[in-house]
Amino acid sequence: MILAPRVDGGESISQEQLQQAVEIIRQRVDGSGVAEAEISTQSGSNVVVSMPGTPDSKTRELIQASANMEFRPVIMAGSFGATPEDQRLSDDELPEPTAEPENASDTNWITADLYREFEAYDCEAALEERSIESSDPDAPAIACDPSTMVKYILGPVEVDGDHISDATHGPARNSQGFQTGGWAVQLSFDSVGSEEFSEVTSRLVTMQGAQNQFAIVLDGQIVSAPTANVPIADGNAEITGNFTELSAQQLAEQLKYGALPISFDIQSEQQISATLGANQLQMGLIAGIIGLALVAVYSLFQYRTLGFLTLASLVVAGILTYLALVLLGWSANYRLSLAGIAGIIVAIGLTADSFIVYFERIRDELRDGRNLTTAVETGWMRARRTIIASKAVNLLASIVLYIMAVGNVRGFAFTLGLTAIADLIVVFLFTHPLLQLLARTRFFASGHRLSGLDPSLLGVEPLYKGAGKVRQFSPTAPAARGKKNSVSSGEAGRRLTIAERRRAEELKEAETDNDKSGVATKEDDNA
Amino acid sequence: MRKVALWGNELYTGKRSYPFIEKRKLWFIVAAVLLAASVLVPVAKGGFNLGIEFRGGSEFTISDVQNTDIAIGESAVNDVVEAEGLRVTTITSDTVRVQTDRMTDDETLAVADALAEGYGVTGEQVTSTFIGPTWGQDVSRQALIGLVVFIVLVAVLMAFYFRTWKMSLAAIVGLATVVVVTAGIYAATGFEVTPSAIIGFLTILSYALYDTVVVFDKIRENTENYLEQHRRTFGELINLAINQTLVRSINTSVVAILPIGSILFIGALLLGAGTLRDLALALFVGVIVGTLATLFVQAPLFAQFRLKDPDVVEHDADIVERRQSVPAS
Repeated sequence: MILAPRVDGGESISQEQLQQAVEIIRQRVDGSGVAEAEISTQSGSNVVVSMPGTPDSKTRELIQASANMEFRPVIMAGSFGATPEDQRLSDDELPEPTAEPENASDTNWITADLYREFEAYDCEAALEERSIESSDPDAPAIACDPSTMVKYILGPVEVDGDHISDATHGPARNSQGFQTGGWAVQLSFDSVGSEEFSEVTSRLVTMQGAQNQFAIVLDGQIVSAPTANVPIADGNAEITGNFTELSAQQLAEQLKYGALPISFDIQSEQQISATLGANQLQMGLIAGIIGLALVAVYSLFQYRTLGFLTLASLVVAGILTYLALVLLGWSANYRLSLAGIAGIIVAIGLTADSFIVYFERIRDELRDGRNLTTAVETGWMRARRTIIASKAVNLLASIVLYIMAVGNVRGFAFTLGLTAIADLIVVFLFTHPLLQLLARTRFFASGHRLSGLDPSLLGVEPLYKGAGKVRQFSPTAPAARGKKNSVSSGEAGRRLTIAERRRAEELKEAETDNDKSGVATKEDDNA
Repeated sequence: MRKVALWGNELYTGKRSYPFIEKRKLWFIVAAVLLAASVLVPVAKGGFNLGIEFRGGSEFTISDVQNTDIAIGESAVNDVVEAEGLRVTTITSDTVRVQTDRMTDDETLAVADALAEGYGVTGEQVTSTFIGPTWGQDVSRQALIGLVVFIVLVAVLMAFYFRTWKMSLAAIVGLATVVVVTAGIYAATGFEVTPSAIIGFLTILSYALYDTVVVFDKIRENTENYLEQHRRTFGELINLAINQTLVRSINTSVVAILPIGSILFIGALLLGAGTLRDLALALFVGVIVGTLATLFVQAPLFAQFRLKDPDVVEHDADIVERRQSVPAS
């Protein structure tokens, strides 16, 4: 479920406010008893809620609703739990309103029905249920304060939470300005709020007992029920009490959030049935295995034994990626999504690409007449540059995708980037070193027919030592350009004959003595 | 393999050569025609086939269905609500998709129940998705920003790496061709454009450039000592580079296409519409277009940019002159 914040008045929403919203939603969802809900922000503007099962309409309302903060005066206080049956007032003792209530604190708000409800109200049970149905702002309400374990009958709303302009916390000071060692929450109202709050406080200071208190209600639950000590006319109130730094900070944040009239629109919602989800995941894995098999078959066809090196490198890259994912899943709660799996499958091809670039380079070097060990080294020098540059492009693309992307694009970009890094690591630390070793084996060095690096197949025409340029192309020019290549044709003719002679020699040598490296070291290697 | 290797050898030595540069005017004309068509087709057809993510609405997917009769779905929905824009489609042998205009929460739940009942499956087999009308726009806006940021960064990166802005420019222009032509193919075939397809497009950019970087790297290598040699003209050197990397281009694109093809196959055949299919389809089309563009647009374009430079003009003239003065043997 992806939620877009809706701010009244079209103001933009800051990152901090969004974080706060996420915090509130998390509390609400957790409170509603949904297990394993994940709530996070996305690209700095949306909130993503994912939870197992089908959210009922109550949970959905819970998530969508804006925080509802209100200031109500206390009319009556009572014990946290329900009053035991035998201690309840008998019917004739019930309070009966004698007149229309004069103000919000008037006991005339309490009707017999309300009182019965109040007696039966069990805060424990109510908090468990965690409903945020906001009660009628013009009628009295029953609410609980879990921090002081008191339940109250509250008068109608007198100040709305969105009139709070700011709330901060800091060390409490006494009237002389000295720190008292406690903590306090400073609260300021906008002009409407100041006026309303001034009215409330000036009335409340004259009241006795519980009626001296007002309650700050957030989502139907009291976050604080301070007593009014002085009338506050300028809209800057300070709440002191048994705060720790943490609880003061918490209250300030809650108050600030109350000042933020954001609610959420459900922008997109997806309910994935467990079967479909599992099915897709399974199919994704099957697709991956088929893809890997096809790549393996193709590289064995193209590169023979060398294809096994591709396969082994892919497996190592796969293990690296898997480890990284497990590590991230464990440390950063990363979950592999379907798009993420798609990213990994696509990466099979991209990873194999760098091996192909490398192998083709080695073949090119062999074609230039180098022996295998030298070809591996020079080929690597050149391929390395290309691989780094091209992987940098891939990595850049996935980083940009990741930062810019919304939704499941991120999973895709993430795995794509991750595999690009795994690819680089594998090419540098596995494929290349292994090929260096393999180049020394007789099977490869002798250019076995199945090694994929058979010089005779690659039309090797070794350079005669001292022929000058190492990276000369065979000048057997295409027919169309034959005439034009006259400059080099003399040299070419010479080279060809030498090459042919050399090749014959080499073949003979290869038969008698398979160790070619002795011959090869004579070759020019100043690339 | 023997044949492939021999072919590779001939390409490497220059014995066999395909005229990527010589015939560049022809490739440019083909590319221009394709570009024009890609722009005109969507206009003529009245735009793209946009997925529900861009239209907004509710979508239900019912899996493990025995009888995929469309009428069941239509009546199930109509019995519950007056649904506007109802579309029921069978996407695979056992999956049915129902799309409607936006519904309220209660309606969505009721329709999901009705569909489960109608098709005789449990409620768990019904997936419901609701997409607000702005969702798709948000995704595409982000994609567009991503596109611009990526292009700017990569243009700078390539200009530094190749030490010439001309290669960078050629690569980016070619990239634009890839994106436009891929979009054109989407419009022409009526493939559904979904956010997943958009992600696919962005990935194509990465792949197409990857391919270009490999070929350009070879071009740079071949032309490094251009001024010190008198055997080949600049155009010939570039053409040789393209031909020399041709085997690699084919191998890498085949290897890239194989896994994508298997996702596409699995996704389209067994799963029907969804993230996997849309993504794979865009990539499949894009990798082919991207590889071709490197060979026929980006590299020839770089040649076009460079061949006008005074140093190249002068040196090429010198080479041609030498060829004429020395009789061919």
